[in-house]
Amino acid sequence: MFTLQELKRSALISLWFVFLTFPIMVVKVNSIEKTVQWRWMNVVYVLVGSFVLSLLFRYFLYRKEQQSGEDEQQGDNTGRSLIHRLLIVPKYRNMIYGVLLGTAVVFPFLTSSYQVNIMTTALMYVVLGLGLNIVVGLAGLLDLGYVAFYAVGAYSYALLNYHFGLGFWAVLPIGGLLAAMFGILLGFPVLRLRGDYLAIVTLGFGEIIRLVLENWGGFSQGPSGISNISRPGFFGIELSLEMAIVYIYYLMVLFVIVTIFLVNRLQDSRLGRAWIALREDEIACQAMGIDKIKTKLAAFSLGALWAGIIGVVFAAKTTFINPASFTFLESAIILSIVVLGGMGSIIGVIIGALVLILLPEYLRALSEFRMLAFGAILVCMMVFRPQGIIASIRRTYTYKPRNRDEA
Amino acid sequence: MSETILEVHGLTMDFGGVRALNNLDLDVRSGEIAALIGPNGAGKTTFFNCLTGLYLPTKGDIFLYRRDKDKKISLKGLKPNKVTEHGLARTFQNIRLFPMMTVLENVMIGRHCRTKAFVIGAFFRGPRTRREEEEIIEMSHRILEKVGLSRFENDFAMNLPYGAQRRLEIARALATEPVLLLLDEPAAGMNPYETIELVNLIQEIATDGQSILLIEHDMKLVMSLSDRIFVMDYGKKIAQGRPEEIRLNPAVITAYLGEEVDA
Repeated sequence: MFTLQELKRSALISLWFVFLTFPIMVVKVNSIEKTVQWRWMNVVYVLVGSFVLSLLFRYFLYRKEQQSGEDEQQGDNTGRSLIHRLLIVPKYRNMIYGVLLGTAVVFPFLTSSYQVNIMTTALMYVVLGLGLNIVVGLAGLLDLGYVAFYAVGAYSYALLNYHFGLGFWAVLPIGGLLAAMFGILLGFPVLRLRGDYLAIVTLGFGEIIRLVLENWGGFSQGPSGISNISRPGFFGIELSLEMAIVYIYYLMVLFVIVTIFLVNRLQDSRLGRAWIALREDEIACQAMGIDKIKTKLAAFSLGALWAGIIGVVFAAKTTFINPASFTFLESAIILSIVVLGGMGSIIGVIIGALVLILLPEYLRALSEFRMLAFGAILVCMMVFRPQGIIASIRRTYTYKPRNRDEA
Repeated sequence: MSETILEVHGLTMDFGGVRALNNLDLDVRSGEIAALIGPNGAGKTTFFNCLTGLYLPTKGDIFLYRRDKDKKISLKGLKPNKVTEHGLARTFQNIRLFPMMTVLENVMIGRHCRTKAFVIGAFFRGPRTRREEEEIIEMSHRILEKVGLSRFENDFAMNLPYGAQRRLEIARALATEPVLLLLDEPAAGMNPYETIELVNLIQEIATDGQSILLIEHDMKLVMSLSDRIFVMDYGKKIAQGRPEEIRLNPAVITAYLGEEVDA
């Protein structure tokens, strides 16, 4: 399986690793007692560990190459993953949906409110990921300032609640629409831009919104933020803290279901096809009669709509917001959810969000190595599955005259 | 039969100091196959790009006659999607399909400008949207059958053989229900067998009453297909007429073969 040469290369890599990590892994200087401690055992650990890891890496690369060769021979161009194959069969599909829904419903009763809180956050990112997926995955417009719309939603609830005492349910649509309006506002100047240029402008837009919120003290109370935002009302009943957490959790489950339903419909609609055509070839797409302006603005505003709605939920959940919650890092995380999960694939984005948000939480056991492990997992993902966890597939149609059927 | 549907007057296109099109006149009549030929770099594709709104011509007029609506539409300065909506559909010299969409979806995109559903329609999928969607699929399927690609329906466009990709481009353009179909070198890079198939297809489409304007290098194909031929060289029209006239036209022979040098 491994040739001598490969073993040699792995050995070299591990030696190199020992050399690189020598100062931090082996030498330990105690600056108080002025002694130096040599931990020679660590050399062995690093040597063996990196050797095994490097071999594993090679092995998986080898297997990946084998597999892609086989795929080409079979002429399997749809590239359906196991999940897609399961979801095609109605019996399995209903079973999977039932199990998922059941788990989601009983989850708060089985776990602590800490767990419920984390899960709510993860679900929020599912919706954010699905929203950004419209812009990035379907329409192919790289948006690095997505968090700006999230901020618009959050601040519209915080401010309307603070000044006018408006409730959660009243602001939910307002926040969404405001964000959608900002989406159009951003969309207009970037109509002509594509790729890197677009990414830079959207990045700038995201920063502008954050900086305005940070510096326009009279409007947004600056970096100190807005506190005491009311939680969502439940038919006028005051909920205890525990109850409120569970309530928001169920709200998010509902939002996720609605979002999946709507995004799925969008994707298979006339508009969804136009987005994908725009992503594939802008000139051909215009030549086929698609209005580029309308299509792009629709993508930006619809993507922003979801961010705005989740922004409102975020403000209501944490009851306190400040500009620090809306940094570029946030945009980057949402973008990695979409890329990691699989661009344009709904199931992929959902799994991506759950993995990316829950993994750091549950890796807490590894304490300071948490982010390191997280980074390693991300790198491995991109090497072995660049198309994302679940690659998107296109809907197929089986044609029967006068009687269409979904396949 | 011989009503004019497309009329181009004095079309001029400058790129900086380069005059790519020089005072070009051209007309296409209803139901005919017209061809535009000329050596490499003569400005044929530039002409197409001006017609379809990808370039804004420096000077000149482009009129499309819609006899069915009794209208004369000026296409100059319109956006590409508007031009397509008015009834001018094109294919590209270097294939520009949507590679990661299925073959059927590629054709369905062609139906875009004839249908309406937008965000609300997508969300609620009411009876009207559903009916529209069914019509799109049915019509796209019929067109694919016509061009002989229905067995590839659910394959990605990028996985089609070359000749089939060319035909898919034609199918996609046909789906927009064009008044005039513009084909930019449809036979480029095809083997002789594929070329014959293509000639048959174009003839078939023309028999259905579709007016066609095509750019082509393959002389045999042009001579056998077209009713009238326009010849361009260095951005100027140097000849026009029936195939047999063009074949004997000295200016055309000079443009293609070069001038005879007296010894």
